[in-house]
Amino acid sequence: MAERSFKKEVEKLRLGEGDDFRGEGILAVTKALLQSGVSYVGGYQGSPISHLMDVLADAEDIMNELNVHFETSASEATAAAMLAASVNYPLRGAVTFKSTVGTNVASDALANVSSGGVTGGALVIVGEDYGEGSSIMQERSHAFAMKSQMWLLDPRPNLTSIVNAVETGFQLSEASNTPVMLELRIRACHVYGRFTAKDNKVPDFTLQDAMENPNRDTSRIVLPPANYLHEHEKLKKRWPAAVEFIKENKLNEILGGNQKDIGIIVQGGLYNNLIRALELLDLSDEFGNTDIPIYVMNVTYPVIDDEILSFVQEKKSVLLVEEGHPEYIEHELNSILRKAKSKVMLHGKDMISDIGEYTSDVIKNGLEKFGTEYGVLNDVDKPNSIIETIDVPQRPAGFCTGCPERPMFTAIQLVEKDIGSFHVSADIGCHLFSILPPFNIGNTTMGYGLGWAGASAFNKDAKQRTLSIMGDGGFWHNGLTSGVGNAVFNQTDNVLMIVDNNYSAATGGQDLLSSKGEHDKRSTQHSIADAVKGVGVNWVKTVRTYDLVEMHKTLLEAMTTKVRGPKVIVAQGECMLNRQRREKPIFNKKIKAGKRMIRDRFYVDSETCTGDHSCIRMSGCPSLTLKENPDPLKTDPVAYVDNSCVGCGHCGEVAHAAVLCPSFSRVSLLYNPSLWDKMKSSIRNGFIGWMQAGVEKKRHARFKRAGLL
Amino acid sequence: MSEKRISIAVAALGGQGGGVLSNWIVEIAESCGYRAQYTAIAGVAQRTGTTIYAIELYPEAEINEQDPVLSLMPVSGDVDVVIAAELMEAGRAVNRGIVTPEKTTLIASDHRIYAIGEKETMGDGRLNGDEVRSSLKKAAKNLILFDMDKMVLKSSSVISSVLFGALAGSGALPFPRDAYEETIRKSGRAVETNLNGFDLGFTAANGAENKTCTQMHTQLPTSLDNIGQFPEEAQPIITYGVHKLVDYQDADYAYDYLEKLSGINEPELLSETARHMALWMCFEDVIRVADLKTRAERSDQIAAEVRAQSGQIWYGHDYFHPRYEEFCDTLPALVGKGMRKSGFWKAILNPFFNKGRIIRPKTIFGYLLLRFVANLRWFRRFSLRFKEEHKRINAWLDLIKTHADNDLSLAHEIAKCPRLIKGYGETHARGINRFSRIMASIEQEKTLNAAVITELCDAALLSEKGTEFNQVLNNSQLTGLTGSDAEKGEFTWAGSS
Repeated sequence: MAERSFKKEVEKLRLGEGDDFRGEGILAVTKALLQSGVSYVGGYQGSPISHLMDVLADAEDIMNELNVHFETSASEATAAAMLAASVNYPLRGAVTFKSTVGTNVASDALANVSSGGVTGGALVIVGEDYGEGSSIMQERSHAFAMKSQMWLLDPRPNLTSIVNAVETGFQLSEASNTPVMLELRIRACHVYGRFTAKDNKVPDFTLQDAMENPNRDTSRIVLPPANYLHEHEKLKKRWPAAVEFIKENKLNEILGGNQKDIGIIVQGGLYNNLIRALELLDLSDEFGNTDIPIYVMNVTYPVIDDEILSFVQEKKSVLLVEEGHPEYIEHELNSILRKAKSKVMLHGKDMISDIGEYTSDVIKNGLEKFGTEYGVLNDVDKPNSIIETIDVPQRPAGFCTGCPERPMFTAIQLVEKDIGSFHVSADIGCHLFSILPPFNIGNTTMGYGLGWAGASAFNKDAKQRTLSIMGDGGFWHNGLTSGVGNAVFNQTDNVLMIVDNNYSAATGGQDLLSSKGEHDKRSTQHSIADAVKGVGVNWVKTVRTYDLVEMHKTLLEAMTTKVRGPKVIVAQGECMLNRQRREKPIFNKKIKAGKRMIRDRFYVDSETCTGDHSCIRMSGCPSLTLKENPDPLKTDPVAYVDNSCVGCGHCGEVAHAAVLCPSFSRVSLLYNPSLWDKMKSSIRNGFIGWMQAGVEKKRHARFKRAGLL
Repeated sequence: MSEKRISIAVAALGGQGGGVLSNWIVEIAESCGYRAQYTAIAGVAQRTGTTIYAIELYPEAEINEQDPVLSLMPVSGDVDVVIAAELMEAGRAVNRGIVTPEKTTLIASDHRIYAIGEKETMGDGRLNGDEVRSSLKKAAKNLILFDMDKMVLKSSSVISSVLFGALAGSGALPFPRDAYEETIRKSGRAVETNLNGFDLGFTAANGAENKTCTQMHTQLPTSLDNIGQFPEEAQPIITYGVHKLVDYQDADYAYDYLEKLSGINEPELLSETARHMALWMCFEDVIRVADLKTRAERSDQIAAEVRAQSGQIWYGHDYFHPRYEEFCDTLPALVGKGMRKSGFWKAILNPFFNKGRIIRPKTIFGYLLLRFVANLRWFRRFSLRFKEEHKRINAWLDLIKTHADNDLSLAHEIAKCPRLIKGYGETHARGINRFSRIMASIEQEKTLNAAVITELCDAALLSEKGTEFNQVLNNSQLTGLTGSDAEKGEFTWAGSS
């Protein structure tokens, strides 16, 4: 059901010792998990690790062969709590989610498992959604590692290093009884590369062993007095053990040359960008051979004091390349150097930008400052040709062609025309694109599933109710309790609209409790409406989103009805992106097979379109666009439906509901017509053609009389 | 900087298949003895936003024990080939600084995919493509720019295959043509059409780049004899007008048109007036719409646009939603006026107009229904709508003529004002309302100059709510009129008579 199928790729997971593995980063991570004899894997989808979840789902058969349990967790908290299995038993487990937002959700469980500590290796793989392409607030996972004391790995972004990080991560976790976080940046998750594979390992201690011979150690549970003991353990036992292991196994690397007086310290994940920046300044070759010594922190937490001190020895100054804010590592290095009374000058955010992603260009600018100040670069000749920026349009993310969520927001526009504007509390999901043009609807978003909670303060008698939005993903993630349960308990009078896409659409079509489709390994088809009623909402309506008239009517009723108490509208419509991916091939097959099929798509009459574009302002569908006005007297472009139209019918519904114009037409194309079809159409065409000929003759005559022919 | 490494960036919109193209490039590179790394930024960008794919290639022959350190993003000044699947995306790539005159071959499609910001404006919000084209020429070492969307249609393939062909044709990569085609074959999906697309792209790329430009019909149709009375420069527009009017009503209507125009001599003013009056006189009433919907050529247009196979059966379901008002408009002036006011009739008849209707013009019933309405053309001159529109047209015309002598630029602006009147139903009412208020202010405030009118018109086209429009009215102390709500159409002006 997922947006992208990895069925073919997952076969690579069977590769053995010495085989050459080629594929995407996330696939390599999965292979690494199997190579390290993992017993259980869980997680929650979200860019940039959505595909990791898809890979794992598609690899379930292979994992079953290896007696690995995989689970698509209900939330990041659920996933993190799964690590409890590694507390009492020598079981290796891994969980994955988007960070920092996913880690926010998971942090309760993460704090607990970190406090009690683990016996089996526990790995938390976070997709660091930071910089270009990110869809969330710009924060760092580093803070979570520090606050709960989990070790943080940030390997160099090539598959060999990433795979090593997974394997040594488990060992580190076991050696120090501490869960380990593996941070992968967006591009590293999607990078295509290669590494030399090993055989997959079947864990020798299995989940079954644990279930059949449970053992208990209450001192691992966070409750007095153990919680105080844990703090002691963390600093006196686990930390030194980790430092020992990291030094022993040289997890951090010293690369580059042996230039005496300067050096560079870099987060492993930024190594490639750093090398390219050096190369562009002629300070390195394309293999990373440079005179400047580089200390690569593949482990960014904890910082290994004596490795740092020995690296900076006899150096005048060191440049730290650390992405993101606050600059935790810079602070730590400064205190290390200060305590050691070191004379070394530490540069970092003062030379490289203190805001934003550390691209090669950004690092290069910093290196220029650093290099010129310390004499490795004689002041660089800046490229004097400053490119004049071209005026290009913004391309805000928007709803796909035929998206079932579009009519919801058109309906909101219509209702606001009827009763005036109202406060809209938005959520996380594709539906959040409503805040962008052309809809510009929505006031706040407080996090996944928190759409209705975000409106809970507006629980007063007022002339206008507030509307909240929530996706089915967010609903099952926590919205059912944090939003609906809360609204029932506190007897709000406001309205919630739940988007039911048949599965989690935004993250790539992963299945949910309410998925419409059958699923052989999961239990689906649990109705959202029933769940809502189950927690005590009495006013519940279910609407097909494409039925704009009904959508409009229902929302208007919800916003104005005399009935008091929480009101919920379940807006149903399958994600068109996935639906097309699934159905187009089937449709074409049927046509090839000679079955009678009908394909709908829309058309706009250029002659009757007056170029006001209100249809576009009420839809924003990518396939509803512009073309030159065929009338030489008119200058404004006319609306036009391009060939990507999937015939969802929204244009027509809008034209009707908003009384726009008579320019829209749904064209039904008939494939493999029946004999009856052919007969009908030939009769019709015959008659109409004959009539049209007559009309044409009259028109012709008109022109003749006017002397225009 | 490495000479052996090849850096490629693919800039595309979500759903354009930039990923497919990138994978093809990786495959061909590996098959030709190159180490390939490729990465992308997925996420929300996939949903109609822009994405950029970074590919780096390194010859295996040059790799010994040390692996090359490849970049995960295009770095400015270090990109050999930039591929853009749309004109503005090529421009965006230049703004990113990854297109450099020393190094970069830029392969881009010349077609436009309009952004929502361009589409949603009430007038023409499209950005200027020619400016972009000229800057692309300056920015790139060599530029390959042609309309690949045309070729997609022609080969009914996808743009990634045309781009792949253009890449091959450009010779920017050291790979032979058959290696490219082999890659497409290996992929096993839609091989035939993709190869066609590839071929079109290839030939276009290593031939001279063919520019696309839209031209207005140069061959003027013949016109009425007494059009000679008008200055040369204005004659083309007037001729188009005449044709439109005869097509819309009849020859007499066209003569009325010329009659109305006489007395305006300044060519530019005349053309502008002629343009807008022709359009205005051909106001879209139900008769006009029904006429256009039942024409033979319309079927051909639709068939072509929806890409129906020749002889394929198809039916159009046309969406209509005439309101009670439109119904009254088509009645004889006096009756219509009365009925529009009368709450009684409205109450009785409204039920017939409160929901939209779908008519199928390619069925006998649908056709006859529409044809019946279209045949009311002879009656149009007596309809309420006709009377009202012409009352306004004449008033507007007088205003132009009175100012033509003393303040030409003002007259010119007045002539352009009908561009505010657009659409049907409420949209049309809104346009009329704003237009009327501008006209009325011109009449009242003798001091108004052209600049203010331009400002007013532009503001009127900024938003449906009309906040900006009211703002300008306020600023220019035209407060006498700002009272009436710009969203509704009850305020209509038809001259101070």
